[in-house]
Amino acid sequence: MAGLELLSDQGYRVDGRKAGELRKIQARMGVFAQADGSAYMEQGNTKALAVVYGPHEIRGSRAKTLHDRAVVNCQYSMATFSTGERKRRPHGDRTSTEMTLHLKQTFEAAILTQLYPRSQIDIYVQILQADGGNYCTCVNAATLAVIDAGIPMRDYVCASSSGFIEDTPLADLSYVEESAGGPYLSLALLPKSEQIALLEMNSRLHEDHLERVMDAASKACKDVYAVLEQVVRDHLQEVSALVGDRGAA
Amino acid sequence: MAVDVRLPAARRRVNEALGAERSWHLVSPGDTITTDTGFMRGHGTYMEEDKLLASVAGVVERVNKLICVRALKTRYNGEVGDIVVGRITEVQQRRWKVDTLSRLDSVLLLSSVNLPGGELRRRSAEDELAMRGYLQEGDLISAEVQAVYSDGALSLHTRSLKYGKLGQGVLVQVSPSLIKRRKTHFHNLPCGASIILGNNGYIWLYPTPEQMEEEAGGFITNLEPIPLSDREVISRLRNCILALSSQKMLLYDTSILYCYEASLPYQIKDLLKMEIIEDIVLETRHRLVEQEG
Repeated sequence: MAGLELLSDQGYRVDGRKAGELRKIQARMGVFAQADGSAYMEQGNTKALAVVYGPHEIRGSRAKTLHDRAVVNCQYSMATFSTGERKRRPHGDRTSTEMTLHLKQTFEAAILTQLYPRSQIDIYVQILQADGGNYCTCVNAATLAVIDAGIPMRDYVCASSSGFIEDTPLADLSYVEESAGGPYLSLALLPKSEQIALLEMNSRLHEDHLERVMDAASKACKDVYAVLEQVVRDHLQEVSALVGDRGAA
Repeated sequence: MAVDVRLPAARRRVNEALGAERSWHLVSPGDTITTDTGFMRGHGTYMEEDKLLASVAGVVERVNKLICVRALKTRYNGEVGDIVVGRITEVQQRRWKVDTLSRLDSVLLLSSVNLPGGELRRRSAEDELAMRGYLQEGDLISAEVQAVYSDGALSLHTRSLKYGKLGQGVLVQVSPSLIKRRKTHFHNLPCGASIILGNNGYIWLYPTPEQMEEEAGGFITNLEPIPLSDREVISRLRNCILALSSQKMLLYDTSILYCYEASLPYQIKDLLKMEIIEDIVLETRHRLVEQEG
C-alpha cells in the first residue's frame, strides 16, 4: 500500500472529504409493515437494514426472563453479497457474535427496559453493503428502528468511528482507511447527555492523542444526531398529517 | 397466460400543506418538554435533573397537569372492557395463554370461560384435563379484557355467547391505533359478511351465521364449505381493510362499508394496486366527511 495516500497535503482524504467530514447519510423509517419498527440507513456506501420486534413475551427458554426489566436480544448479520469476497456465513462467526454483543450492550444502556418487565425486545440488523463503519451504521439504523417501534429510550444512540492518520484525527472512516491498519475507534454516544454507551478501540495509539481522536468521534456522533433527528421529525410530520386530529381515539 | 407487470412507483410525500394547518408539538427521545416542575410525568416521558424529557417520538398531549407523549405506533395497551381477538399459544394449568399483540401474552382462566352446559356449571378436575379439547394451540378466540395486571399482562374472559372460539374466516392484522373505539365491535355488515374489530388490531371476517348456535358454549365450529359468493365478499372486505389501513384511516363499520361500496367497480385482486387504493380511500374519505356534515 505504498502508493496510497490517505491524507493529501491539501488535507483531503481518499474519497475527497475533509478530515472531520462525514459521508452522506440517507435514512428511512418504517420500511416494513410486518415488524413493529424498521429502518434503512446508508452512510456513504455502507448500507444497513434494522428491524425491531417487541416488546413481546419471551420466546424460547423461560430461563431468560428478567422480572424487573426487558431482555434485549440482538442479532447482527452481514448479507453474503455485502463484501468484496462472497461470505460463507451471514451470521454466527466470531466477528458477528462480537458485534451482536456490542449492539446488545449499547441498546441495554439506551432503552428504558425497566418499563417492560418479563418481556423481550428483538433487534435484528443486517449489513447489505459493507464499506467501513459497519457497527456505527448498524447502531444508527437500529436507533431509528427502535424509535419507529415506539419503544421508550433515554436518548438517541448515535455512533461514529474515527481514526488517526498522519497526526490528524479523521472522522467516519471508510473501508480503505479502516484497512490501512491505523488506530480505529468506534464510539456510541447519547448525544444530549453526552454519555458514552460504547467505546471500542483497535490497535495502538499514544495516550497524548486519545483525547483528540475521541473529540473527533464525538463531534461526528453529534453530526449524525442532527441528521437522524431530522429524519425522525420528517417521518413524524408525515404520519401525523395523515392521521390527522384523532386525539386518544 | 396474461401476466401483470408493474414498476415500482416513487413514494409520494404527503402534501406538507396538510400538516401545516395544525401546529403539533412533536418531540423525539431525549427532547426536553418542560423544565417546569409543576407537571406530572405521564407515559412516554421521564424525569432527569428536574427536567421532563420525552422517551418516545410522537405528539405531546397535556391534560391539566399531566403530560404524556403519544407515540405514533406502539404495541396494544389493553384496557378493561376492550374486545380482543387472539390466538391460543399455550395450554397451562387451569389457564390458556393467548397472543393478543400485546407486550405480554394474555391469560384466559378456565374459570372465566363458559363451558358447555350452561352458566352455572361447576368446574371439575375433568374439565381441567379436557382443556385442550375446548381450545388448543393455534385456535383463534374473541374475548373481552377482564383485568389488567400490574406488569401490563391482560386477563380475558369469554363469559357471554358473543365470545368464544372462531371458526372459518379471515384474520387481518392492522395497527391497534387504527381501530375506533365504539359501543359495539361486532357487526353484521349488509354486504353479507360479519366482522369483529378487535381493539388489539386483529380483525376477524367471517360469513354471517344463519342462526345463533345453541348451548355449546361456542366451542363447536361449523366446518361446512362456504359458498363462493361469501368468500368473494370476505376477500373484498379484507382488501378494503388493508387499503384503509395503508392510508391510516380509522376502521369502524361505516368506514369499512363505504370503502366496500367504493370498491365495487373494481376486481378484488385490483384492490391491492396502489393507485386504486388511493382512489377508493379518497372516495370513502369524501363520503365520511359528507355524512358528518
